[in-house]
Amino acid sequence: MGELRDWRELPVGGVVTPGEAAQPRTGGWRTGVKPGVDIGACVNCLLCWLYCPDSAIVLDGTAFAGFDLDYCKGCEICATVCPTGAISMVAEGVA
Amino acid sequence: MTTTTPRLLTGGEAVAQAMRQIDPDVVPVYPITPQTPIIQGFAKLVADGKAHTEIVNVESEHSAMSAAIGSALAGARTMTATSSQGLALMAEVVYIAASMRAPIVMALGNRALSGPINIHCDHSDSMLIRDSGVVQLFAESAQEAYDLTIMAPRVAEHPDVLLPVLVCQDGFTITHAAEPVELLPDDIVAGFVGDYVIPHPILDVRHPTTQGPFAMPDYYYELRFAQARALENVASVLVAVAGEFEQLTGRRYGALECYALHDATRAIVALGSSAGTIKDVVDERRATGDAVGLVKVTSFRPFPTAALAAALGSLDDVIVLDRADSPGGIAPLHAETAAALYGSNARLRGHVYGLGGRDLHPADVHDILVGAAQSYVGLRGELCLV
Repeated sequence: MGELRDWRELPVGGVVTPGEAAQPRTGGWRTGVKPGVDIGACVNCLLCWLYCPDSAIVLDGTAFAGFDLDYCKGCEICATVCPTGAISMVAEGVA
Repeated sequence: MTTTTPRLLTGGEAVAQAMRQIDPDVVPVYPITPQTPIIQGFAKLVADGKAHTEIVNVESEHSAMSAAIGSALAGARTMTATSSQGLALMAEVVYIAASMRAPIVMALGNRALSGPINIHCDHSDSMLIRDSGVVQLFAESAQEAYDLTIMAPRVAEHPDVLLPVLVCQDGFTITHAAEPVELLPDDIVAGFVGDYVIPHPILDVRHPTTQGPFAMPDYYYELRFAQARALENVASVLVAVAGEFEQLTGRRYGALECYALHDATRAIVALGSSAGTIKDVVDERRATGDAVGLVKVTSFRPFPTAALAAALGSLDDVIVLDRADSPGGIAPLHAETAAALYGSNARLRGHVYGLGGRDLHPADVHDILVGAAQSYVGLRGELCLV
């Protein structure tokens, strides 16, 4: 989370404009497990990117490039939809 | 100054005419006594092609206010109307309308809340949403209901405000009683009200927004404070808008109206149509040498605490009349007045009156002024005198 704004700096009604959703680093809600990848098994189908409910799947152009854990809540959807088993959940604290 | 020939209209008809002249884009509404004549009259005007409004026939007041938020924030000038149980059902969404800063104008025909079920006037419905963050302006007469409705969009849509504005008129006593009302010419109203402009219309697709977002403990507090400050801003906006309105009509409005107060030693404080009855009694008692006056509170929210203190602080006696009770506590107008007068030497007492449409007769006001009225005016069954 960046610098918190005071009441005078907030837009009327607290409206949110594009891009602002990146500010709250909601990965702090994650408990227990985080995704890991066996990159050799990845076929770059991008189903994980498509299904991730936040923006935790990072792309390099159109290629899978890993996870942004600042937005990952450990929901396991990516591991569930991965057709090759390349993604699996690992315990927090494991590199 | 624009003068017109008065027409004989009820408060409901007068507000329907105000709505025709404002010509809002959208009116989502559900009928309820005693508000029904407002929307019934307005719907007829729309059906006759006299206004160009999309009337949305919703299935409840909860939906009426929900649809009103959507249309007001989409970028359409939006009005609605309700009473009593309708406002109670709507209450959840009224809070959201205020927090989303939707400048909706709503006519309220004040009616007692159930139970027992009752259709007649008191102010318990207004007081139910006292702390919702909406503006509440109380009319004394059909003329005031019309005038305040014409001013309401200017207050609601002011960039320092952007909040719902309720124009409250006493059910039946004003909504259904005909009296001479001066209407402004249509073009004058159109020019006075102007175009509908809000900062973030949803339909501005070049500048997309998410509206009504979740706010965690890190932002809820700041957003609530900004909303509360916007309601306080109404005080100065109302002065400016009422000033322009006075230029047009010669009719003067403010957060308070002081009547026979300049040399008074005591005064009554009241809201709504009872102020008319009280003015007559003040005139009668003035003729007998009783130095009594009246302060009518037009703007109940925001409450003009400082102005009320200035108006009443040097008096000997202040008597507050509440048309709503606060069981287990102090009636709302009495409590506000007590807070305003804290530290002054004025003796303060309060009476509740008129619940469920019980009339306040001139004789009751005389009794109040001579100390012969109970704390609950007109209640059958003896109480101690206050």
